[in-house]
Amino acid sequence: MSTRVPGPSRVGRGSPGNLPRVKIVVAVKHVPDVQSTRMLGADGRLRRDGGDGTLNELDENAVEAAVQIAAATSGEVVALSVGPADAHDAVRRALQLGASRGVVVSDERLVGLDALGTAAVLAAAVTVEGGVDLVLTGMASTDGLTSVVPTALAAYLRLPALALAAHVDVADGTVHVRRELDHAVEELSAPLPAVVSVTDAANEPSFPGFRAIMAARKKPVQELGLDEVVPGLTSLGLDPSMLGGRTRVLHAEPQQPRTDRVLVTDDGDAGVRLAAWLVDQRLV
Amino acid sequence: MTTLVLLDHDDDGTPRPAALELVTAARPLGEVHGVWVGDGLDAALPGLADAGVLIVHRLPADVWWPAALAEALHAVRSATGADLVLLASTSEGKEVAAGLAVLDGAAVVTDAERVERVEGALRVTKSVLAGTWVSTVEVTSPVAVVTLEPNAVRAEPAAAPSSPQVVDVQVAVSELARSVTVVRTPRQATGRPDLATADVVVVAGRGVDGHLSPVEELADLLGGAVGATRVVADEGWLPREQQVGQTGVAVAPRLYIGVGVSGAVHHRGGMQSAGTVVAVNSDPDAPIFEFADYGIVGDLFDVLPALTAELRRLRELA
Repeated sequence: MSTRVPGPSRVGRGSPGNLPRVKIVVAVKHVPDVQSTRMLGADGRLRRDGGDGTLNELDENAVEAAVQIAAATSGEVVALSVGPADAHDAVRRALQLGASRGVVVSDERLVGLDALGTAAVLAAAVTVEGGVDLVLTGMASTDGLTSVVPTALAAYLRLPALALAAHVDVADGTVHVRRELDHAVEELSAPLPAVVSVTDAANEPSFPGFRAIMAARKKPVQELGLDEVVPGLTSLGLDPSMLGGRTRVLHAEPQQPRTDRVLVTDDGDAGVRLAAWLVDQRLV
Repeated sequence: MTTLVLLDHDDDGTPRPAALELVTAARPLGEVHGVWVGDGLDAALPGLADAGVLIVHRLPADVWWPAALAEALHAVRSATGADLVLLASTSEGKEVAAGLAVLDGAAVVTDAERVERVEGALRVTKSVLAGTWVSTVEVTSPVAVVTLEPNAVRAEPAAAPSSPQVVDVQVAVSELARSVTVVRTPRQATGRPDLATADVVVVAGRGVDGHLSPVEELADLLGGAVGATRVVADEGWLPREQQVGQTGVAVAPRLYIGVGVSGAVHHRGGMQSAGTVVAVNSDPDAPIFEFADYGIVGDLFDVLPALTAELRRLRELA
């Protein structure tokens, strides 16, 4: 089985020096600002109407990695987001950070997608885009923090997944990644096309200047509805009716603080009193 | 109903602490089958018998890579008809979970703190939004893949030991799962417990100002791991792999002690499942005091040595 993403032939897209141009899709998400007061709604889903939304800050590292790889390979960066109308804001920010154009998949029928459903729709959109060499994502979103989307996206696309890259580069049609895990450091390489998630150690995202913000306004953003990504879902063997509904929220409530919390100011014996408390609570 | 538990282990065959926690969490849910990758199972079998594991499915050592392991687990799950696969909530565990859930068309829940079966249906509870909310979901698909936070349950032996049957499983892993070339360099052992699964974690924050010895002395006395905030890693006071936070290591100890840690939301995202939170900080406005169970506003260089000395004295009395 070919692992190449189906799409238009790349023949004739050669760049100066005859190095192949790398086409990169970077998946981005709009999330509530982590510094704002975040809450779940009655349906157990994250409230997105707080107004303090932003591009998931961990996606900035993915955009920066994409822009750097594109610069080194005369490549192209397409920012892709799936979500409600505010997905446009995430794509717009990615354009400010250097992506060349955007794709937003937005449809009322996609409200309340779970992480796997989001990964499936992203995979479908990558397939519809076609000719994609590299898909980059952040390591997680700061709202869900499930970190399953990058690996699930790769699995739906039937591409190699190289997760948690602390360093990523592309040379000669191969992606190289270094990742730092709890028990080991790993050097990974895989032939393109591939899916890579990057950590916040991968780079320092640039801060867009006035010029970049103005330039981003002129960059094209394509909007797709569910009907336009269905061919992508179908070609990946996915059923459009199976994008969610795997779990149902029963309860969601603010964490109740302990009622016996202790806050003291040290007047010389706080360390000794803490020792007694830890013993009393059977924690040591 | 059968639950499949991935039994993480060290290279020498010692099960990681999380493995026995997973078995303990799985026991009330139905029959427990383990999955073991590679060598070393014989030495672990007595422990798995005490834990009540009925069958251990042994996979060849070369399926350790997450994509390959997901395919192998998919094969075992299909063959056993298990409706739940439990894995440890580590970065590799979540990778395997995501890949497996796609193959199985399953629900996936990561960073779970509790899994129950109520009237036949699986319910999973977890902390969300940096520990400020807690949510419970019911699984509505036929299969669920759940990663469980370390220390969410305390490993306990089964009421009656089992005599586990070992089944060697041959799996044909796809070319795709073998398409990544991996050069793996294990980290040197620190002599302290593994940060991600440690029962006690003492975290050094900006307030330590490069002086780690009070933190390390306390951690060693408690048999705990030492963690760092991002600033401490940025300053090079502790290695990056000890950074605790939403982009570093996620910890879920029974006891978390933050020393000179402000408790910013990025850090909280990596310790939201900690049991009891103790904080020592000279700044009374530090956010960590908003969620600490025991907070001390004071100079850590006074409080920590006094705490360590008193704990040592109490231990000698006991």
